[in-house]
Amino acid sequence: MDVRSQTAMLFHLDKCIGCHTCSIACKNIWTDRKGAEYMWWNNVETKPGTGYPTKWENQSIYKGGWKKDGKENISLRGSGKFKGLLNIFHNPYLPVIDDYYEPWTYKYLDLIESPQGDDQPTAIPVSLLTGKPLDIKSGPNWDDDLSGTPEYARKDPNFENLSPAEQEAMFQLEKMAMFYLPRICNHCLNPACVASCPSGAIYKRGEDGVVLINQKVCRAWRMCVTACPYKKSYYNWGTGKSEKCILCYPRLEAGYAPACMHSCVGRIRYLGVLLYDADKIKDAASAPDNELIEKQLDLILDPFDENVIRMAKENGIADSTIFAAQTSPIYKFVKVWGIGLPLHAEYRTLPMLFYVAPLLPVMATLSTTDNATQAGKLDPIAKFWDKNHLYDTATESIWGTIEQARFPLQYLANMFGTGNEEMIKSVLKKQLAVRIHRRSITVGDIDKNLVAKALIDVGLTPKAADDIYYLTSLAKFDDRFNIPPAHREQALEMLENTGDLKGSNGFGFKEAPMRGM
Amino acid sequence: MNLYNNFFFVAFPYVAVIMFLIGTIYRYRATKFKYSSIASQFLETRRLYWGSVPFHWGIIFLFFGHLTAFLVPRYVLLWNQQPLRLAILEITAFVAGILTFLGLINLFYRRLSNPRIKKVTNYADIILEILLLTEIFFGLWVAYAYRWGSSWFAVVIAPYLKSIFEFNPQTDAIVMLPLVVQLHIIFAFLILLLIPFTRLVHLLVFPLSYLWRPYQKVIWNWNRKKIRNPKMGWTIHKPQNN
Ligand code: SF4
Ligand code: SF4
Repeated sequence: MDVRSQTAMLFHLDKCIGCHTCSIACKNIWTDRKGAEYMWWNNVETKPGTGYPTKWENQSIYKGGWKKDGKENISLRGSGKFKGLLNIFHNPYLPVIDDYYEPWTYKYLDLIESPQGDDQPTAIPVSLLTGKPLDIKSGPNWDDDLSGTPEYARKDPNFENLSPAEQEAMFQLEKMAMFYLPRICNHCLNPACVASCPSGAIYKRGEDGVVLINQKVCRAWRMCVTACPYKKSYYNWGTGKSEKCILCYPRLEAGYAPACMHSCVGRIRYLGVLLYDADKIKDAASAPDNELIEKQLDLILDPFDENVIRMAKENGIADSTIFAAQTSPIYKFVKVWGIGLPLHAEYRTLPMLFYVAPLLPVMATLSTTDNATQAGKLDPIAKFWDKNHLYDTATESIWGTIEQARFPLQYLANMFGTGNEEMIKSVLKKQLAVRIHRRSITVGDIDKNLVAKALIDVGLTPKAADDIYYLTSLAKFDDRFNIPPAHREQALEMLENTGDLKGSNGFGFKEAPMRGM
Repeated sequence: MNLYNNFFFVAFPYVAVIMFLIGTIYRYRATKFKYSSIASQFLETRRLYWGSVPFHWGIIFLFFGHLTAFLVPRYVLLWNQQPLRLAILEITAFVAGILTFLGLINLFYRRLSNPRIKKVTNYADIILEILLLTEIFFGLWVAYAYRWGSSWFAVVIAPYLKSIFEFNPQTDAIVMLPLVVQLHIIFAFLILLLIPFTRLVHLLVFPLSYLWRPYQKVIWNWNRKKIRNPKMGWTIHKPQNN
């Protein structure tokens, strides 16, 4: 057992309101520079939708992630030692900037300086690449809220194994549902980006598992862009270096939450430490598809286990980090309650960002009704129909809304369950059980036996249900973000030996970020 | 004439090699952030394919061809004893030369015509591409007009280059050569000199070591086991990934 610590994350999708505050917070701090304008280390997508870069989930185009070779082995799909070096002069799987979008700004000066005329002056968009006027054709969240549209939602790669009838059902106006998917780098345990980098510029930081690109070692071989199945490694066309989410490590080291998490309006984001067994990584990454998630969750160790604590200490993990692992919200969501799942585990990078699958788009059943007769029955205050519900959130059987979900569960399963619908069902049922339990406490209109049965069905105690409720709805900043001290006195030394630089003109990155000669 | 010869075939090669060495060490140590192949495929990929792929494979072939003729001229001569083998060698090399040349023309055209690529072009890129184009053009001319280069390289150029590296430059044979051969040599040293000061640095760091390193890479900034050991002194060496 080789115990290591990982700063892991969890996003609760039911709470995301799609406001993009997280993206803006990140952009303002990290990617507001030449060459990085198009990068969104944090982006929020509407699902169903094509995402950013367009159809990033379709690995037959982008060739990201690992694929299984035979029984034991996995290999990088579009890069790796031989493929990577052979394709180094021209990488056929490299997305180009148009797959993301051509960044632009507006000629605001025209608003002020245009000569007087009959029309209002306009600020035309100009490309940030060439400086020329641009006909904007796509942007970072171009299909925002466009669920159901043929151009975007229907091209979602996650529909692959859905029957045409199921697909159609999702696009009927009355049945349409959508949710938001915020994405950052997953700081994977088996990162494809690290494995694909020919110069070895990308590495996982041992202390906290943050995956970083050394800007001084990157030589623009651009294989990581292909290799990352989540397309979270970006090529800076200005400096000729790749860049990616750094999990705001300077903030983490100072005890702050990453900017996207700190600013999250929906408070959907959680961050905490997980202890895991590095010896089992290879085994977990090469498991058969249907065991992948199970094996990945098995990597995560119980931080209360004495043996684990002993081995962790032996590996030099600080006591403060072990304590953080014991109080980690991620550990609770993922291991104790079992409602956090990785996104697209089938890419085999062992992502360390988990998601609570959304319940809302699933809830409510529909029946076809005659609108004319229904109109009269609308309760003007409560705004619901008393009978023959058009949009029915009431439940006759406990799990009715999940069994007859409005949204094909297969779709969610393709994203969060390697196609396994049962896994999604279990997560959604647990969430529904918590709701039933809480409703019985706050409103009190549900039969006690029914509540008890619901909780037993999903294997939650009332206490656990209350805890889930607390952490989901009421949790304060410090509950959501459990950041182990990086030991500030050592934090700067993680980058440089301060002693060596005493009396010099400063620490950190001192070269101008401009294109090399 | 003597001054001319001494300058171009004795002094200049030394200047070029020394500048190359000093420049390389300086560049590698001082300006690591700018040390990159600064690939532009992300902005334009289709035309790059028709330029970059023939150019790179062609020039790699030519480079190793020249290197072999320099290092083991005897074996090249042995190989060339049979006319058929000589013809195979010369034709392959000539085709590689044409590929390199056409590839580079493609790249040059792309650089000047694509508005996105123009934005990421600087003077060094243009000068370099013109130099390379000229150099390859001279090479093709020599190969075409003064046959059979692979044989007389071994007896004329290889000894000259060897004499340079032995600090005993012998230019007698070189001065007799036709002008374009001389120009080919001078341009070669000029390009060598420019390597550390242009994007050509990327050829010095071709990532072959990728082949034998393990795929995953974990770096501990602080070896917490070690820093807790009272017997350990303060270490001033930071872990680095290169
Ligand atoms: S999400 Fe992509 S960039 Fe991030 S660690 Fe995983 S493979 Fe690397
Ligand atoms: S800030 Fe939070 S709620 Fe808003 S889009 Fe981002 S993740 Fe969703």
